[in-house]
Order: sequence, then C-alpha cells, then structure tokens
Amino acid sequence: MAPLSSSFIAIVFVNIVGFYTQYGDCNNGRRVPETIESDLTGFSVPLEHSFEVDDVPRFWVRGNIQLKAGRENNVFLSQAMLSEKDRSVLKDVAAVDGLYRIRIPRVSLQADRQTDRQLEGYLTAFVRACSLVESHLSDVITLHTDVSGFVIGVSIVTMPGACRGAEVEDEVDLEVFNTTISVMAPVNAPAPETALFIERMEQEMDKKGKPQEQKSFFAKYWMYIVPLVLFLMMSGAQDQSGGGAGGGSGNGGGR
Amino acid sequence: MAGLCSVFSVCLCLLGFSAAVFEDQVGKFDWRQQFVGKVQFALFDTHSQASKKLLVATEKNIFASLNSRTGDLFWRHVDKTGPDGHINTLMMHGQDAVVVVGNGRLLRSWETTVGGLNWETVLDTGSFQSAAYIGVQDVVRYVAVLKKSAISLHYLSSGHQKWVENLPESDTVQYQTVYSGGNGQVFVLGVVPNSHIVIVEYNIEDGEIMKQKSVAAPWLSSLQSSCVMVGSGVLLCADPTTKSLYTFPLQSADQTTMTPILLESLGVEVAAGFQPVLISTQPHPARPPLSEFFLQLGPDYHILLQLKDGLVSTLRDFNPSYLVAFATTGEKTVAAVMSPKNETVSSLYCTVINLYSADTGRRLLDTTIIYSMDPNGGKPAKLYIHTFLKKDDSVGYRVLVQTEDLVLTFLQQPGRVVWSREEALADVVTMEMVDLPLTGTQAELEGEFGKKADGLLPMVLKRLSSQFILLQAWMSHLWKLFYDARKPRSHVKNEVTFETLSRDEFNLQKMMVMVTASGKLFGIDSKSGTVLWKQYLENIQPNSVFKLMVQRTTAHFPHPPQCTLLVKDKVGLGSLYVFNPIFGKKSHISVPALPRPILQSLLLPLMDQDYSKVLLLIDDQYKVTAFPSTKNVLQQLQEMASSIFFYLVDSSQGRLSGFRLRKDLSTELIWEVVIPTEVQKIVGVKGKRANEHVHSQGRVMGDRSVLYKYLNPNLLAVVTESTDSHQERSFVGIFLIDGVTGRIVHEAVQRKARRPVHFVHSENWVVYVYWNTKSRRNEFSVLELFEGMELYNSTVFSSLDRPRPPQVLQQSYIFPSPISTLEATLTEKGITSRHLLVGLPSGAIVSLPKMFLDPRRPEVASDQSREENLIPYSPEMPIRTEWFINYNQTVSRVRGIYTAPSGLESTCLVVAYGLDIYQTRVYPSKQFDVLKDDYDYVLISSVLLGLFFATMISKRLAEVKLLNRAWR
Repeated sequence: MAPLSSSFIAIVFVNIVGFYTQYGDCNNGRRVPETIESDLTGFSVPLEHSFEVDDVPRFWVRGNIQLKAGRENNVFLSQAMLSEKDRSVLKDVAAVDGLYRIRIPRVSLQADRQTDRQLEGYLTAFVRACSLVESHLSDVITLHTDVSGFVIGVSIVTMPGACRGAEVEDEVDLEVFNTTISVMAPVNAPAPETALFIERMEQEMDKKGKPQEQKSFFAKYWMYIVPLVLFLMMSGAQDQSGGGAGGGSGNGGGR
Repeated sequence: MAGLCSVFSVCLCLLGFSAAVFEDQVGKFDWRQQFVGKVQFALFDTHSQASKKLLVATEKNIFASLNSRTGDLFWRHVDKTGPDGHINTLMMHGQDAVVVVGNGRLLRSWETTVGGLNWETVLDTGSFQSAAYIGVQDVVRYVAVLKKSAISLHYLSSGHQKWVENLPESDTVQYQTVYSGGNGQVFVLGVVPNSHIVIVEYNIEDGEIMKQKSVAAPWLSSLQSSCVMVGSGVLLCADPTTKSLYTFPLQSADQTTMTPILLESLGVEVAAGFQPVLISTQPHPARPPLSEFFLQLGPDYHILLQLKDGLVSTLRDFNPSYLVAFATTGEKTVAAVMSPKNETVSSLYCTVINLYSADTGRRLLDTTIIYSMDPNGGKPAKLYIHTFLKKDDSVGYRVLVQTEDLVLTFLQQPGRVVWSREEALADVVTMEMVDLPLTGTQAELEGEFGKKADGLLPMVLKRLSSQFILLQAWMSHLWKLFYDARKPRSHVKNEVTFETLSRDEFNLQKMMVMVTASGKLFGIDSKSGTVLWKQYLENIQPNSVFKLMVQRTTAHFPHPPQCTLLVKDKVGLGSLYVFNPIFGKKSHISVPALPRPILQSLLLPLMDQDYSKVLLLIDDQYKVTAFPSTKNVLQQLQEMASSIFFYLVDSSQGRLSGFRLRKDLSTELIWEVVIPTEVQKIVGVKGKRANEHVHSQGRVMGDRSVLYKYLNPNLLAVVTESTDSHQERSFVGIFLIDGVTGRIVHEAVQRKARRPVHFVHSENWVVYVYWNTKSRRNEFSVLELFEGMELYNSTVFSSLDRPRPPQVLQQSYIFPSPISTLEATLTEKGITSRHLLVGLPSGAIVSLPKMFLDPRRPEVASDQSREENLIPYSPEMPIRTEWFINYNQTVSRVRGIYTAPSGLESTCLVVAYGLDIYQTRVYPSKQFDVLKDDYDYVLISSVLLGLFFATMISKRLAEVKLLNRAWR
C-alpha cells in the first residue's frame, strides 16, 4: 500500500491534468434519509446493492444519492446501516469469494434534462465481497458523467483493495458504510499550445535580436575600421609630408 | 543561452534518430509488391505485332498497363476511391485508350506506351449509360458518350465536344446503347420497359435527329442485359419466356415489329431459369459487327450462331463449355472456347482452350491450350484472348484467365503459364507473422531435451550422435559458404521453397499469413515476398469479418503450428477454419459448430496438453464455446473460471458490458457502462497487444527518483465521436476503461475535433489523431498514465486491487499531414525505444519517435528535463525526410501496418498493406546489437594478433634482461 502523501507530492511534481471532481461528504450512515424529499433544488436516485451466496444478483436499496443540480455537482449519499442478517450474508459471500454489486439507474445530472431522464437500464459495478469486508465497509463510489451530464458509469473500489484473508471479528465494523462519493466529469483535453510557444519564441528573439539590431555598421566593425583609418591617415600624412617636403624643396630649387 | 542549449540538446537527440537507408541497402531488407485488384476491363494492344502491353481497368479504380511477357507493371494510375473514381468503360484504338470515369464525370484519353494523359474533358452531369467509338469511312474520328438524358460527340484527337443533344422523352425512355456502323449515322437505342424500343438516329455532322421510331417489345426490360448488335445494323434480342430470339434491322424503313426466331427451330434448349446471354464482336469500330455471335444457354453451355439474311443458323454447339471469347487479328476473327478436357468426365480441374474460326465454326488445328486449375483456387471467371498472326499466316494466341479468387494467369501454347498475378493481395484484411520451424538438426536437439531420460548410456550415446549431426551440419554449411563465395554475387540468390524454409539465426525471416477480403489466404515468405502457399475459401460472403489467431506457435515441436481463422458474415454467423500457417494445409481437427451469431472471441493463455491455446467464442445468448474442448481444457476452465473476464461492445446502443465466466461455461454480467448514443457514438475500442513486453516499470527522472508507469494489461481505450457535427460543438471523447472491473480510469474530451480518428494503445500510453475543425488541421494527442512515485503492488497487477486512479498527463501537437493509419513498433523484450509508424495518404510511412509524443515535454527546458533527455515542447511535430522508412517505395492506399518482433531486440519487422504490400525492418534505437556491415574484421584481428606477438616478444626480452641483471 502506498502512503497517500507521496502521491500528492507526485501531483505537484509532474503537473498532472486535474480531475474536476467534487467530493461529497463522507456520510456515516446514521443519519436517517429524511432529507430526500425535502430537498427541492436537487433530486435523488437510489443506490442499490446485491450480495448473494449463490451469486444471482437480487438488488435492493442501500441508500439514496442526492444530487444537487447546478454548476457544482454536489453529491451526498445517505444510507442505512447493515442489519445483522445482511452482515452475516456479506461475510458468507466473502468466504466463498463472491461479488458485491451496486447499481444506479441511468440519469442525467443536468437540471433541464430532468424531464427526459427516463432512460432505460442501470449502470452496474462490482467489487469483491471479501475486500469490502476486510476494508470494514470503506468504499469509494464514483459516478462518471459525459459532456452533457448523463451518468455513463459508476465505479466502486474499497480502501484498501486487497483480500488478504484477514478475519473481521468485530461485528460493529460491518455495520456502517464509510463511503466517499464523488462525481467525475470528463476533462478537457489540451489543444496544441501555439500561443504560449509563439510568445516564448518572440521573447527569445527579442533577447537575441534587439542588441544586434541596434548596433550600427560602424559600432560593429569599429575595430577594423579604426586601424584602417589610422593606417590610411598615417600613410597619407607621410605622403603629404613627403610630398610637401619635396614640393618645398622643388620650390626652393626653383627660386 | 538556455535556448541555444535546448536547440543543441534537440540536435543531439535527433542525431540518434537518423535511420534512413544507405543507397546500397535499397532492396536488401525490404521489398514491395504492387497490385491492381479485380480486373473489370482488359484489352491487349493489337496495334502492332511486337507490342507486349496489356491494359487493365479494375474495380479498385485503377487503370494500369501490364507487360504481357512478364506480368510486371509498366505504369499504374490510382484514381480516387469510391464512385468518384470508378472506371465506367475502357476502349482502345491505336495507341490511345479512352476511359470514362466517375459515372460519366470525366472523359480521358491516355497514351498507352508511357501512360501519359492526352486530354481530359469534364462532361455534363447525368448518369453514364454507354460509350462508343464513331467511325466514318473506316477511320475512327469521334467518341460518343450516352448519358441518361443527353448524347455528346467528342473529337478523338482533342476531346473537344463536337455536339451535344438532349434525348427526346428521356424521362420515360431509358436510353442504354449507342451504335454506329461506320456510315455516317449514330443510333441511340432506348427502351420503355415491357412496352417498346425507341430508336433515334442522329446525323454525325450536326447532331440533327434524322429518324425516330419505336418498335413494340412488351417482353423486354433492359437492352444491356439481353440485346446486342449483330451484322450490319441488326438488333438482336433474347427473350427467356418465349425462348426465342428477336431481330430488327435498324435501317429498315418499313418494318415496325421485331422478327421472332424460336430457339426450338435451331434445335436447342435453354436451361431452366437461365437468362440467355448474347455475345457479339465488333472487330473495328468503324465497321459493322460480325454476323456471328455466341448465345449462352446455360452456365456451361454456349452455341455459336450466324445471322445471315435474317435467318439464324447454328455453326457449332459447345456443350459443355465454361467461357467463350472473340478475338481479332488482322482480318481474321476467332472464337476461343474453354471446355473440360475430357468431354465425358466434366472435371473442373483440367480444362482446355481451343480456337475456332468465327465465320465457319471449324476448329483450328494445333491451337489447344491446357489450363490446369489450382485445386486450392477458384473457378475461372473471365477469359481474355490475345491473338497474333504467325509467320505462316496462321493464328497464334495467348490467354489471360481471371479466376474467382482473383488470380490473373497468362498462358501460352501448349499450356505453359507465362506469368500469374495474385490480385487478391490488393485487399488484405488482416495478417499475422508466424515463426518459421527449426531445421531438422535443431529439431533433433530439441527432441533430445524433450524426451524422458532412459538410462545413462543411451543418453550419452544420444548426446554424442546429436553432436555429430551438428558437426556434420556445420561442415556442410562451411562447404556451402566456400562454394558460394567463388560464384559471382548475383548467382547466389537461391529460391525459397518449403525445403529451404527454416528459421534463421536471428528469427528475421518469418511466415506472413495474410487474409484477403475475397477469402483467399496466403503464406508469404517475409524475406523475399514469395507466395509459398495459398488457399481459397469458397462461399465467403462479401463484407465478411475475419479474425486470425495463432493458437499454437512453432515453439512446440513436434506439434505443428496452428492458426485459426474466424469468419463472420453480415449477420454475425461464424465459422472456424483451422490450418497450419507454415504449409497452408487445412487441419483435420474437428471444429465446433457455431449455430448462433458470435459476439466476441478471445484467446486465453491457457493451453491444452498439445500446447494449443484455448479459444473462447461467446454467442448472442452469452453462452461460451471453447475450442479445443477436450477434458483437460474444460477442467482448466472450471478451475480458472472466476478469473476469466471478458467485455462486449455494442456500439449501436453505446453499451459496454463486462462478463465473468462461470464454471458451467455460462456467463454472468458484472458491469455495465452506457454511453448515450444521442450525444456520442463509439468509433473504436482497442486493448493492448498480448505479445507486448514492457521492460522498464518506470521512468527515471532528473532527480534520480522514479515515476512508475500505470501498466494495466486489461485497460481498454474507447474513442467516441459526437453526433453533432457542427464545427464548434463537435468533439472526440477518449475513455480509458478497465476491462475487468468496468471502472472508468480516465475520461477526456477533445473539443472541436472530428474524425478521422486513429489511435494506438500500448504500454502506458494512448496516442490518437483527430481533425481539428476550428484550425482545420490534423493533430496528435498523447495520454500517459503513471502510478506515481511509488508502486501500489510491485509484484503483480490486479485490476480488482488497484484502488487509486492513475495520474494522467496529456499533450497535443500539430501534425502537418493527414494520416491513413497508425501503429507502434514492437520488439522482443521492449528495451528498444518505441516509434510510431504513421502511414500517410501520399504512400509514405513515417517512423516517428515516441520521444516527440511525450506529455512531459517541458515548456521551458530546465536542468532536470535536460537530464531526462526531454525535448522542449513545440506545438508542431516535424516530419523529417530521413524518417520515411520506405524512401521512394510508396505504398498506395495504405490501410494497415503490422509490426512483429524479431529475434534481435533492436529490430522490428514491419509490413504495410493496402493496395500494395511493403515489408521492411526498422531499428528504433539503431542497430545496437548488430555489428555493421562494413565492420573491419581484418583490422581488429591484426591488431589483436600484433598485440599478442608484441606481448610474447616483450616478455621474452624482459626475461633476458632480468637474467642479465641477475648475472651482473
């Protein structure tokens, strides 16, 4: 089992594409599901589960998922305790390595689509009953929606997820679900980032290009021009002085 | 400075990728074969005697010229796919060929020697009916094109339109035929089904209607299927109900009804329920057709008839006869008839082709060609005759036969096959590569280890004997090397046969098993491209789905390798075909009957006692059939049942569902994901390849920590496309779903994207390509999944016990070209870096390093990213010319790329198929485990020897020196 903290370090480090998930509260299940009808802004869907020794699914209600429509898909789960009979059945199922299944009806989370949400069928998922027992009923349920808000899939995992054959002695551990429920919408895949790249290229060009452009021809090549000019001046001056002297003498001679 | 550094690092990276071939390596490791597809029209160039051109137009919209001596392509023009490029008709006159393309959209004239376009004319809209050459006074000047409601005449020299005329009453009359006898008129024939025939006569010069008349024919529904022109302008029709022929001379002024001729009066009988077919010939387009014609009365029954002065007489009766054809050379016209060899025993496997004089029906002497059919092939379907005049003025001929399994065979007397082409390979659907078997000696060694020990002495003896055999083999190998070395290079090229077929040292030569759409299977040697075996499966319905699976590889000597082909027809009803992939022989294993449609098939890693993997077939009632279903297998399945999961995809309802196997081979539904079809529909689902190995569990990062990959072997990549195709609202959805638990691991939406979508799913990444509707360009996107800095369970992966979702990184890039297909390279152990093989519509195949498709490419290069060899992000993906693995050997219409590992870790075998087949090898990380071709063995051995002697000499000298010093 990996410690939780290290994965968060990794998130910071590798710049992960974020999941836009909103976690609901971890309901302890003892609250009675009275608030279902009273909540007018949202709506609720039943969460059903099934665990049978003969492995033929027979679903019954485990709790109610309350969905608040709106921008923030707040989701709550209210559920009852497991009865003593259910607990023993669950343990029996775990002993024969049976499956614990959940299902929810197909719905849309979008408020304006509430009217036409009579979609047929259910979305089902499962987890091994033994891992549910061994995790003391700690599970994570995620509802996946598509772009338009339809729930397309449900997933359940237990924390921890392994079946090690550990005996759960304390019956109290199997009474209450410790559930984390969340809704996950698709992330927007990134498009090629041209704007940033061009910006960066321009910055680099600016850095490199500006000082070079500002330099004039003379500023660039002064080290060659100055000696040349000096040389020319020197040689010219010599010529002049020589010529002047010659001329002078010639003149002098003419006198 | 940082920029300069990054540029430098990019250059360094690229240095490693330059994997182009050298000039002298061309064709050494690769080969290409070009095909044309199913032939629709074939014409021999009869313009000159020495000509060896054969023009073909095919159903694949290809117009090509073949060398009739060798069967090679002179040139080939590949037109658009679909009805836009469909070739309606092909006619040839002299050096030029006239082609009508795209349901009468274009009229083209080609120069046939080099395949150049003479001219092209865009025709008026209207569905094409027929076309004909129009000649005046023995010279062909024009070409007439008949459409549904208009006829146009074009100059043959330039393509310019001479005139176009609307046809009278074209909404009721179906005009179907255009005819000209070469004397100044053009006849257009139309029919009002079950009522009458309409004949319109046009003036060639100005398109004026000269005459128009109608002839009652209440029994006629189509001119094209039951009428031909015979003799000098006589329309001849066959009526199956009254079993009679009807004639009507077009130019007659007074006649208003067709003259019936009862077939009974000729003494022949039409086979029950058979539509009689008339075949006539017009040797020269500027002259009227011959008065002789064939009448097909049954599937294997033709008679040669003659129409003279309005009377039909029988020239010869051919019963039985499969195929007939007319051909003309010079002034002589002959008829070729394919009939069974022995007239009493109608064996299809040996047939003869004979020539008959068309005007008398007499058999020409010494003109028999024996055509023996391939017992694994199909029946002959079409016959084309190439005739020529011999020196003694007699007629010689060659035949081109196209069979049902799309083999083109060119024969000459007395039955020698000049060449044959396997055109079924133009439509490869799926393929697998199978290792070749070991040689006899290697197998002997294997056998030694396989057998149980039976005493010390026998084992020693066996060991010695096998060692002796090995020694013998090695000596003969040396001798062969020595012998070959003396011969010039070009002679060494030895033929590949079944006898010489054995695995090479590095397993680079394999057997390619290819399945084609026509239902023909091929076994091709991957080194040379030679077809080693072929098998035609009859009764394959068009549009069947094929799935090829290797149930037993070559590794289990003495059990032969075994492949299974699952063929599903349109309804989903399946059948299994089990065969040996090396020799192509059908296996005698009894296959289970599959009465119900098959939804899914999966090959388990479980093995029977004879090492064949178990194949599970799931039918539409979710019942499972196992093959093989021996006791051992069923027992194993019972034990494993609770850990065998499978998934089904119903894209019409957007439903993905998971099932688990029960002990009694029934199944139970365990998960369900439904993607509403109102919003998006599933385009494709891909898992990972079963034979893929990943060597490295994680990636070492700049700070020496490890980022572990999320390597879920059960992960499925599901790609959807929005139903709304508006450019702002369309999107492509990517779902990563665990195939065992149904958990949606990741869900992403690419906005403003549309198909074509191609994707590859491998290792811990998914790469997909889509069309960006907003920017109007193709883009690549890569998703990589990581577990994080620590593995959850490093020993074993279980989908049932992986509670935390992976971290997903994604990046997108612009790709400057459209894409036909996408595949990833595959190597033996997965150590070599991966490349993506991208097939482009231009026919090129680009080997794109996966390094460029890495979502961890940083915006700005840092020290750590440089340490990791990450290339700084740039939005545009480059295409470098040295990445084209097929240099100038373009693969037309590439549809799929198949990759297979070889025995060398550095080398991956690649086969690209489409219209052409191209096989090559790629080295994604260069040939790190192979010495170069030009490795200097002489230098290294001389250096070694030199050093050895230097050591010896210096040792001796040192000893002497020591001795001398000791004496001192």
